[in-house]
Amino acid sequence: MTVAEKKHRVIEPDSLIGKRIPKMDAPDKASGRTRYIHDINLPGQLHGRILRSARIHALIKSIDTSAARALPGVHVVITAADIPDQRPIGVAKDHFPLKVGRVRSERDEIAAVAAESEEIAEAALKLIKVEYEDLPVIGNPEDSIKPGAVLIHPEPHGADGSHLHLKQGTSIAHRGKADNVAMRFDYSHGDVVQAEAESDVVIEDSFKLHYVTHCCMGVSGMIAEFDSAGNVLMYSNTQVPFLHKREFAEYLNIDPARIRIIQPPIGGGFGSKLDIYPFEVICLFLARAAKRPVKMLFTREEEFLASPTRQPVLLTLRSGCKKDGTLTFRQVHTLHDNGAYTSWGATTPFVMMQTFSSLYRVPNCDYHTAAVYTNNPYAGSFRGYGNLQATFAIEQHMDMLAEAIGMDPLEFRMKNAQDAGEVTGQGMSFKSCGFKDCIKSAASRSDFSRKFAENHANQKKPGNIKRGIGMASMLHVGGGAKIYPSDGCGTILKMDDFANVTLITGASEIGQGSETVLSQLVCEELGLPISAVTVVNNDTAITPWDVGVHASRTTFIAGNSAIGAAKKAKSKILAVAAKKFDCTEADLDLRGGFVIRADSGEALVELSKLLRNLHFQDKAELVMTTFYYEPPSVHQDKGFKGDVSAAYAWGNQVVEVEVDTDTGFIKLLKVTGAHDVGRVLNRLGIEGQIEGGVVMGQGYAFTEDLMIEDGKMKNPNFRDYKLVTAPEIPEMDIAFIESMDGEGPQGAKGVGEAPAICMAAAAANAIANATGVRLFELPFTPEKVYRALHGQTPKRYWKPWKAE
Amino acid sequence: MSALKHEIEFTLNGVKRKVTVDVTMNALDMLRDVVGLTGTKYGCGEGECGACTIQVDGVSLNSCLMFAVDCAGRTITTVEGLTDQPRGEALRDAFVEHGAVQCGFCTPGMMMQADHLLHKHPHPDEGCVKRGLEGNLCRCTGYKKIVDAVVACGADK
Repeated sequence: MTVAEKKHRVIEPDSLIGKRIPKMDAPDKASGRTRYIHDINLPGQLHGRILRSARIHALIKSIDTSAARALPGVHVVITAADIPDQRPIGVAKDHFPLKVGRVRSERDEIAAVAAESEEIAEAALKLIKVEYEDLPVIGNPEDSIKPGAVLIHPEPHGADGSHLHLKQGTSIAHRGKADNVAMRFDYSHGDVVQAEAESDVVIEDSFKLHYVTHCCMGVSGMIAEFDSAGNVLMYSNTQVPFLHKREFAEYLNIDPARIRIIQPPIGGGFGSKLDIYPFEVICLFLARAAKRPVKMLFTREEEFLASPTRQPVLLTLRSGCKKDGTLTFRQVHTLHDNGAYTSWGATTPFVMMQTFSSLYRVPNCDYHTAAVYTNNPYAGSFRGYGNLQATFAIEQHMDMLAEAIGMDPLEFRMKNAQDAGEVTGQGMSFKSCGFKDCIKSAASRSDFSRKFAENHANQKKPGNIKRGIGMASMLHVGGGAKIYPSDGCGTILKMDDFANVTLITGASEIGQGSETVLSQLVCEELGLPISAVTVVNNDTAITPWDVGVHASRTTFIAGNSAIGAAKKAKSKILAVAAKKFDCTEADLDLRGGFVIRADSGEALVELSKLLRNLHFQDKAELVMTTFYYEPPSVHQDKGFKGDVSAAYAWGNQVVEVEVDTDTGFIKLLKVTGAHDVGRVLNRLGIEGQIEGGVVMGQGYAFTEDLMIEDGKMKNPNFRDYKLVTAPEIPEMDIAFIESMDGEGPQGAKGVGEAPAICMAAAAANAIANATGVRLFELPFTPEKVYRALHGQTPKRYWKPWKAE
Repeated sequence: MSALKHEIEFTLNGVKRKVTVDVTMNALDMLRDVVGLTGTKYGCGEGECGACTIQVDGVSLNSCLMFAVDCAGRTITTVEGLTDQPRGEALRDAFVEHGAVQCGFCTPGMMMQADHLLHKHPHPDEGCVKRGLEGNLCRCTGYKKIVDAVVACGADK
């Protein structure tokens, strides 16, 4: 086609939104070309390894590193004594990267080595001699709060790193604790006592949620290097580079401006990379001391031992309703096993309370919780952030309340489900809300009501194979989460002479496909194909600020920011074009790589040609824009009332199982899901998110169990920690409810965490439907199920604990 | 620290080569650290996750469980060589098109195993693919799109 022909061409409207767009980095990943942190090696690089505690809870009496230091090939050996200015890290600033005076869990870092090779570093660790004096071990949270329990953090930490014997005038970083309570949350709305008096049915049960961990396929790692001026370059897998830049600076006692974080492609995140962990700070200490780049990679065993976990929870839920099916109240007490130190896991009640207070209409709600120290692994953030645990209890009670008043569980849910425009007792404002549509869609596509009745009738019939169907719903933030003073994200967008876009975004990519969705949103504004976009998203020295990947926020927040930048670029371009074609900007549009007439679609000029004209003229102008987006949500008050997100995601999943009552073995047959995602942006990507989340939820419900006995991890490997494999996945039928959120980018809401949330709860309901037996404790392994079915599981009651 | 060394010769992705390795070294470390091909991934080091899957004389295996010295005289294919071949290229395109890649860390191993599967079962059904990929763990995708990609790749031929 000649240029003249192109000029008179009519370009039909087209859109990338809702299409199946392959992930932009997939070809390289599938060819083995992508360089993860494990694949990067710097000239002169040393290898770092960490010596971990041989005890669970003990005082460190002495550390002798002399033999390790003498080993040929060893450059640096450090212990806490070598870093006198160590500062405490973590969400509660309650531990040092290298432990001082005391170890509190199996993972605890005692010393670290940087050597010529991993083998030499490993050999050096074996030469370090440590003397301990054992202390009593607290292996579960119930023991932790008993009167007279040994204290896990009795001593204060000074801000200067001093410990045990604080120097006079030292400011205190962590006060030390007179009890083992790490964090508490108390929430209420309405009057639960009055509501209980008005209820026709009241039930109360205790639930126990277990330890699971992320199992990212790429193990944790970091490379750190200091230049001759003391500037730090880190290759890191963090999900939150900009917040961590500031934190790392604090731990190194340098200006944050001196820290540059590059994120190579990340081998899985799921929340695990949301906090700073000791190994990262230790790697920096080693690099600083060695004056050489230091690379530190975990082994898989170390990944199990020293990575965060999902928060284990003991939960007692009391709920009530009226005979007509109206929910009256929820009263909840939870006790969280914080582990030895405090990471984000301790703050999961913040999300749990949203579910307790606002999943269905709950007129009265009371929630009290404590995260308490034990000598177990410490819990971090993990996809769903407490919501899997809360939903497990609530959605079982929804079925149990329905049964108690003789109502169909579907009808009971529909009666209490919210509509758009409602504001909950906690103050969450549902602007778009496809909740009822989700329930209806999942129920009708799975033929829920018929199967539910049929299975129920079959419970008492002979035969060991029983079928069950169960449902659960979920509510989660879908429009960012105001947990920091800002929830914004910056975008820089520039266009070159060939109408290619470089999209420089603060948003981190951890495999979820943000780079592709952000590119789609930009292309939609600028009328370009996806191949025209290059995304830069992994270098704090280049990209603008962003809070980080968490709370299912990236598509919503970074998406709106990218759209804002593209709109600015578009208006710049159209202003020039309007002058050139002697019309108004409103007469023009961008489509298919051309400036077109908006009404007829007639192509006026190739965009690349127009851009070249712009660049090569007297007053040369480059199309380059910046944009920052902050959603219109408000901070919660001190009582946690308020609207934490600009939009909320809804979902319902129906699970079908086959239970073998002779063996306790459960086959997961089918999952029918419906998710209110606002709008589907990339159908391929969103299906992948949902399917992956469903299977992760399946693992939580059925197979995964990180076994900890008195602080010792029994199964730190894939042989004994059972991830779901390909033959075990269920048939999946997923539908999307498009509620077109008014604030969302092209109407979309966040979805990353949502699909994992319902599975365990829906599975429990399906097992009860199949067998008439209710399981209150995860995971549903054959042994546990067999025992429950054969009356060998005493009903557990956890008496809510209240501190005076 | 000096370990016993051994010189071996083998064919890697169609090219004959000679390397010197520690006798205790596994094939995975040889490929990554001695040869410098990093497409083959370390996931667990004990044969449980499949991220390090390579093909030796046309048979898929976990390179973390194979001694490097045992590569002597063999024909080794890694993901870097696989995607130079027609079936490897078709597999890569199917993985991309079907959304089988998210974080991508398990993907090279999945590709190697899937290629071996298609060699043995040129037109596999869903059940066959699921069984064939049982030894490869993925934490992102829930496997469905990986299975779809391999089934589609087999159906194309």
